[in-house]
Formats: sequence, C-alpha cells, structure tokens
Amino acid sequence: MSEQVPKPEELVQIDYQPPAKPWMDVPVEFRRGTFCYAGAKKNVEYLGFPNPRDWQPMDEDWKLPPNWREIILEGMRDRLQKFRSFRLFMDICVRCGACADKCHFYLGSGDPKNMPVLRAELIRSIYRRYFTWTGRLFGRLAGARDLTEDVIKEWFYYFYQCTECRRCSVFCPYGIDTAEITMIGRELLNLVGCNINWALEPAANCFRTGNHLGIQPHGFKDSIEFAIDELEDLTGVRVEVPIAKKGAEVLFIMPSADYFASPHYYTLLGYLLLFHQIGLDYTVSPYASEGGNFGLFISHEMMKRLNDKIYREAKRLKVKWLLGGECGHMWRVLHQYMDTMNGPADFLEVPKSPITGTVFEHAKSTKMIHICEFTADLIRHGKIKLDPSRNDHWVVTYHDSCNTSRAMGLLEEPRYILRNVCRNFYEMPENTIREQTFCCGSGSGLGTDENLEARLRGGLPRANAVKYVRDRYGVNLLACICAIDKATLPTLLEYWCPGVEVAGVHELVGNALVVDGEKERTTDLRGQPLRRKEVTANA
Amino acid sequence: MPILEIEGRKYEVDEDGFLQDPNIWNEQVAQDLAKTEGIEQMTEDHWKVVNYLRNYYLQYGIAPMIRKLCKETGFSLNQIYQLFPSGPAKGACKVAGLPKPTGCV
Repeated sequence: MSEQVPKPEELVQIDYQPPAKPWMDVPVEFRRGTFCYAGAKKNVEYLGFPNPRDWQPMDEDWKLPPNWREIILEGMRDRLQKFRSFRLFMDICVRCGACADKCHFYLGSGDPKNMPVLRAELIRSIYRRYFTWTGRLFGRLAGARDLTEDVIKEWFYYFYQCTECRRCSVFCPYGIDTAEITMIGRELLNLVGCNINWALEPAANCFRTGNHLGIQPHGFKDSIEFAIDELEDLTGVRVEVPIAKKGAEVLFIMPSADYFASPHYYTLLGYLLLFHQIGLDYTVSPYASEGGNFGLFISHEMMKRLNDKIYREAKRLKVKWLLGGECGHMWRVLHQYMDTMNGPADFLEVPKSPITGTVFEHAKSTKMIHICEFTADLIRHGKIKLDPSRNDHWVVTYHDSCNTSRAMGLLEEPRYILRNVCRNFYEMPENTIREQTFCCGSGSGLGTDENLEARLRGGLPRANAVKYVRDRYGVNLLACICAIDKATLPTLLEYWCPGVEVAGVHELVGNALVVDGEKERTTDLRGQPLRRKEVTANA
Repeated sequence: MPILEIEGRKYEVDEDGFLQDPNIWNEQVAQDLAKTEGIEQMTEDHWKVVNYLRNYYLQYGIAPMIRKLCKETGFSLNQIYQLFPSGPAKGACKVAGLPKPTGCV
C-alpha cells in the first residue's frame, strides 16, 4: 500500500489551476489511492439496504437498479419535503466562494470540485433541472443538468471525499451546512446501493454487537480486565470497573477503539484511574459499547438505529445520567440529533456531578455530558490532585476535533484540563484551531487505507499547522479527543511531520493524576520513563 | 471477488487481500498469506504472533487489543511491525486469517 503513495515532496506540488473545460464536462477519474472500496454485499444485506451486489468504483458497470433515476429523484423529492434545511441550502447559495479555500480537501488536492460550493453544486444542478422551473426551461444556462450515471459516479467520488467536518459552514455568510448536503448526497447514493465499506462494515458490526469492531460481551470484559491488570502493574492500584451494573449512577459510553486500538487504549487507562480516584458510581456496558456512530456517515435512519442503544441501555440499567468519552462524531449525533431522534430521555435526570455538585444545565435535555466537561469541573473545584511534572516528557499541542468543536462548542474545557495536567502546552495558529480547526482528513468513514493519498492530501493543512508548532516550540505530542483522530493522525503526522505522537487528553490526565495508595510512578501510562524537569512558566 | 492464487492454491480474499472465509485457515494458508505481506519465511516469532491471534479469535470472534497482543506475546509494537511490516491489524491479522478490524482504528 505505502509504496504506491507519492513522497511528501511530490504530493505537496498541488496544482490549483482549474481545468479549461466547464466543470460539467470534466468526468471523474477513479484513480487508486483517492477513493474507498464499495460496501461489501454481506454488509449491505445485513443492514437491509438496497441493491446488494459485488462491485467496485473502478468498474465500468456499477450495476445500478434499472429504475435508478426514478429512485434518486423520488429520494430527492422526499428529502426536500422532509428536511427544510436541504431545500434552503439548495436555494440560497449565491456562489460567493467564501467557502472555496476553506476545505482541507481542496487545499490539499487543488481539485475545484472539492470546493464546498462546487461539491454542493453537484447536487444543486440536479435539483435545478428537476425541481425548479428555471432549470427545467433553461437547462444548462440556469446551471441545471440531466441526471446520468456519470453524475452518480461524480457524487460518489466527491461525497466520499468530504469528511462532513463543517469548516466551510463557519465561513458561509448564509450558514449553509455543506456537511448536511453531503449527508443527503450519501443517503441518495445509498438508495441505489452506492456506499463505502469502511462506513458499512462498522455499522453492520455495531448493529450486531453494539460496537464498530464487532466485539462481543466476553471480549469486552476480557479487554477491560486486561486494562485493570495493567493499571495495577503501572500504578500499584487495583481499580474496579463495574460492567452492566444495574442502579449505577452514571453510564459511561466510550468509542470501542478505546478498548481495542493504540494509542486510544492509554486514554481508557486514564478514564479508569480518574473514576477510581473520585469514587464515581458508574458502569460500562457491553451493549452500549460504542459512542461512535458510523450511521451518521450513511443515512439519518441508520444513525437513529445505531444510537437507539444508548437510551435503551440507560433505561435498562436504571442509571441517572450519561457520561461520554473521547469520541468525535459521536458528539455531533448526541448533541444535535439524539434528543429528538431517540428521546425524550425523560426517565433520566439532569447530569449532576456527585463530587462537586455542579448541575450541567446545558445537558438538561440530552442528559449526557462530555468527559472533558466533567473533568474540567473536577479540576476547577480542586477535587483531584495533579502532578503535571509527570508529563514533562511531552511538549503538547491540542487538536480540536471537528465535531466536538464545531458541533458542540467544546473549546475551553480540554485546554483547561491540558494546562493543568502538563507544563508545556502550545497552541497552533488561531485560524487552525477552535471552531476553525482543520480536519484530520479521515473522518466520516474515510479512515481506511485504499484512499490513503486522499487522506494525506486532506490532512495536509492540519499537519502543516502541527509542523509549525513542532519547529517553533519543539512540540512532540498532539492531544485530541476523537478516536478517528487517534487512529489516523499518527499516519498523517509520520508522513508530513515526523516526531509528533498522538494521545488522548485523558491519557495525560491519567499520567498526572495523584491516586491514593499508588506506588511511586516511574513511567507514564505507556510504560515510558518519566523525565521530570525544572521548567519556567508556561507560554 | 478477487481470488488470490499461490502455487495453484486459490483463496477468495477481499480487496485488501484478507481471507473471506476465516474457517478455511490452516498453516499452509498462513504461509501463503504471509507471502502477500512480503514475508518469505514464517519464523518461530511470526508463528507466536499468528497462533496467539488465531486462538484469541477462535475464543472471542475478534482480534485482541493491540496492547494485549504485545504483552502476551512479549513483542513490542515496533517488533511486531518488524515481523509484519503492515502492522498488527493489516499484517498479522491478515496472515492469521482474521477479518480486518474496522471503525476508528
């Protein structure tokens, strides 16, 4: 795989000169490295989606159903009625271009169809042709075009080259949310069986076992028990992790990668130590064993089906409120859709920290708060003792995950935590952080390998900002609160700016947390020796 | 569906070269899949990793945590990458005939 990827010095030669021909006349080219494999037949079947078959995007014949055009147009009509936002976004764009150079995929590829305005135009041109009288009458003069198989191929290519990160929407004077246009585009494609396996297989697994990886309850328990043993080796403290404990106060839900992959796993160790130290009455569940929701990357309906387990398990276990872990797109679903999609959760209570008494009023509807909100509150009230010198071997920067920053406004809490748990913290340039953060380039189900070139291109703006703080301040660790980030940023940074590792915020919390009865810590949670040093005041 | 053919032996694999039917796995299959990963000769260390993965998979239906794989086999993540250049998930799991882990990994 890796030998097919161009070298960084080649990839960075980006041609921003658009093709001479009008965009409607430029066909899409499926070049290896830039697209994802098709949804496998078994997964399409398992989820009950239309048109299961063996096919791949590089095939000439996509084996669409005979009446595919009617299906797409009927699907559009249905969604134009159902989602007012969709119709509004189709109608109001004035093509001012404010979004054009805000997309990481455009910046990294120079492909004009990756400008958010043009990406939306791919579907808007069909809207005009079939749903407006100007488009029907004047056709191409009015920016309309016929729906052909090539249009479907173009949609597939570009709607799976958008990570739904919503950076462009920050700059749109009309507030058009291009992610929602991409979401509708993907839904429509799904109606004729054009989807990607990296989104479908996790969704199918999740539907079957409760998590993207397909881990069954005994495997879940095995992984948690392994973490408990290892924490004891590292700290001398044996924590208890109640699994599916009825009547616990809090149900904690994390992304499954936290109990499977690295470096996610060290974040899990951080959570467990923290909950032990404060004596939280909590439980984890092998059923609601996934915070993430790849349904978001397929269709609203799939998102709803997968998210159902969260409130269902909370009800079954009779907990009072919900706490969520370091997961990115999970928070877009929980914060913006769960309440109306799966709620109301009137059987739960407004989250209240049993340690500080803080009532999290902003979550009084969803009943679910982010662990960074919870931990920042503990620190603010002086309820945990921290030794930030245990993170002296790290010079840290913070990458805002697209969804926690732009979809829920979680900007200050992670920074507040980081400033308390480590002594070397530096921000990346301001137009690359907070609500203007640059995507990892691999979100929304694109974090697979066959499209690595597209990911590396899309991740270039993020990596470039990391390189800036690496070279200027010696940053060697990027902290983040998203499992896709933790999975894909190590590859991205190794390619564009080697020497920077990736960690979760709660891994650093776990390093710094002083736990009652612990042995003297000589290593961090990764087992690396500590290197405490005298440092002057932070920047 | 792509077919992998090695010395006349044919296997149904996915686009990434992972075995479609984990049940047909045996040592010969492992050796053949190893060749696709650039491993000419399976050593005792390779087998240690592969057998551990295989046994875990049979018990749990999934690969173990990466950290657990390292601890139980005694190899660091770097050593696993030396043995299987594509890494524990894409390299070692493939040779052991496990499905490729998906999601935020």
